Amino acid sequence: MRREEKIGETLAARGISRRALLKYTAYLAGLMALPPMAGRAMAEALADQPRQSVIWLSFQECTGCTESLTRSFSPSIQDLIFELISLDYHETLMAASGQAAEEAMAAAMARNSGKYLLVVDGSVSTADGGVYSTNAGKANLDTLKAVAANAAAVVSVGTCAAFGGIPMANPNPTGATGVDTIVTGKPVVNISGCPPIPEAIAGTIAHFVTYGRLPALDHLNRPQAIFGDTIHDRCYRRPFYDKGLFAKTFDDEGARNGWCLYEVGCKGPVTYNACATLKWNGGVSFPIQSGHGCLGCSEPGFWDRGSFYKPLSASVMGNNALLAGAAILGAGAGGATALMARSRRDAAISAAASAYREGGGTTGAPAGDTPGKETTK
Amino acid sequence: MSFLDFARGPALNVAMAVFVLGVVWRLVALFAMPWADDRSVPREGAPGRVRGAVGTMVRHLWTPREFGMTSRFAIVNGYIFHIGLAVIVFGFVQHILFIRGLIGLSWPGLPTGVITLVSVVTLASLIAALVHRRTSPVLRLISTLNDYVTWIVTALPVLTGLAAVAHIGAPYQTLLAIHMLSVAALLIWFPFGKLMHAFLVFVTRAETGAFYARRGVKI
Repeated sequence: MRREEKIGETLAARGISRRALLKYTAYLAGLMALPPMAGRAMAEALADQPRQSVIWLSFQECTGCTESLTRSFSPSIQDLIFELISLDYHETLMAASGQAAEEAMAAAMARNSGKYLLVVDGSVSTADGGVYSTNAGKANLDTLKAVAANAAAVVSVGTCAAFGGIPMANPNPTGATGVDTIVTGKPVVNISGCPPIPEAIAGTIAHFVTYGRLPALDHLNRPQAIFGDTIHDRCYRRPFYDKGLFAKTFDDEGARNGWCLYEVGCKGPVTYNACATLKWNGGVSFPIQSGHGCLGCSEPGFWDRGSFYKPLSASVMGNNALLAGAAILGAGAGGATALMARSRRDAAISAAASAYREGGGTTGAPAGDTPGKETTK
Repeated sequence: MSFLDFARGPALNVAMAVFVLGVVWRLVALFAMPWADDRSVPREGAPGRVRGAVGTMVRHLWTPREFGMTSRFAIVNGYIFHIGLAVIVFGFVQHILFIRGLIGLSWPGLPTGVITLVSVVTLASLIAALVHRRTSPVLRLISTLNDYVTWIVTALPVLTGLAAVAHIGAPYQTLLAIHMLSVAALLIWFPFGKLMHAFLVFVTRAETGAFYARRGVKI
């Protein structure tokens, strides 16, 4: 039987020092909100473990999530994640193709049954048996069920895998859905974002490799350490929001002064992610810093929440026709009410007049009214 | 559909439709009603309808001298929460954006800190109004369910709005959704409860003023 190489041995063979590993694990421990000593414990645990087998499946996606991880400000500390894992199957990155690739996956599944980590990017097509997205002649839906069955845990990378994302946008012709609606009875962690922050992917996988379990998750199964706060709460433009200073357009004085982008549709207040603190491209910038509001891409259904450029406090849905219809109905109802009142009043006047005539002029008509004569102001 | 999406979309749209339908219904019904001619002989030297109406509206802006201090609290407190509500509705940038989305009009807003302060004062004033209503024997006697529901749907948006701005008690999106639903409740109740006075207060005062002025009575 083949002896599995330990991570420490792999790193040593590649000339990566223990110091570099310690720096990396300290960074990941900080990122995942673990105690200060967790970095050292993580390094020691990792060095003595075989590389974690990872099977990465890509479904209805754009490869942006893979790009996010592999093209993160390279060469960077994030690259080290590839030294900690054995990426046994990844259609975009692996050298093998066709039958050889499928055999590699089958071999990895058999060798690490119950222990491998399944990473998925892209949503799962479910309509018509999932025929709208297939690979090697198999529907993604069937592949997911088969591979997830013996996985230790599933990591949904990107908003498409986590919540259905853009493929699930109305009218969702392929019946796209997130992984956790298909995979049940397994730990599933969602690392949403379009694309997700690479450190979030690396940190979650490293946490699992080190501790054998997933990190603390929020109500949408996202790592709390990354998705615990809104973009708005950590945004450097927040003081302008509090002062009521807003950019009205993308090229006005407010925009040039770096004021809050709430009025031009920023979804930062309802979006949970670490973009404002971790940022992108090696911590250089993030969308709001570049002058565009947050799209809310790490939240479920972000594509169908109305215009990206409509402020959060504005009502969504086109309602002009509805309001016009309500006004017409109201006018009609008001007119009908007035007509009924007139009709009742006329009837009362007629009755009073009849009584007056029958009584020989002794029965009084309603005070102030002359029977049969009515005016409207 | 998330809770916030529901509040921003169907809930607010249905509420606004009910608001428009109800307000137009009541106004059209009122103004299209048959009115009887006032056949009383005008008192000698009585002012015309317009003067009588305007005079009454102006006099009702403050406590009648005859009432002394008895209604001073209700008047002053009423001004406080009415002005407060107006500042909140028309001065908070997020509300201006909501109005801009509806009718396309916008104007400069006030800093969030100012709105927060005004909201706290307004809420305190509304609570004081409720306490006054419950502790005054006369007010308590004449109060109906309409008064209390009107108070609730008025105070809730202020309370939930403060919670949303301060991020107290729940995630922002939940608080914002609750705030929007409280506004939806206000809009739905508006035409059918005492909030309709926003449209009718000067109409009724003017008519009453004109009616009594013809009889030589200043009210």
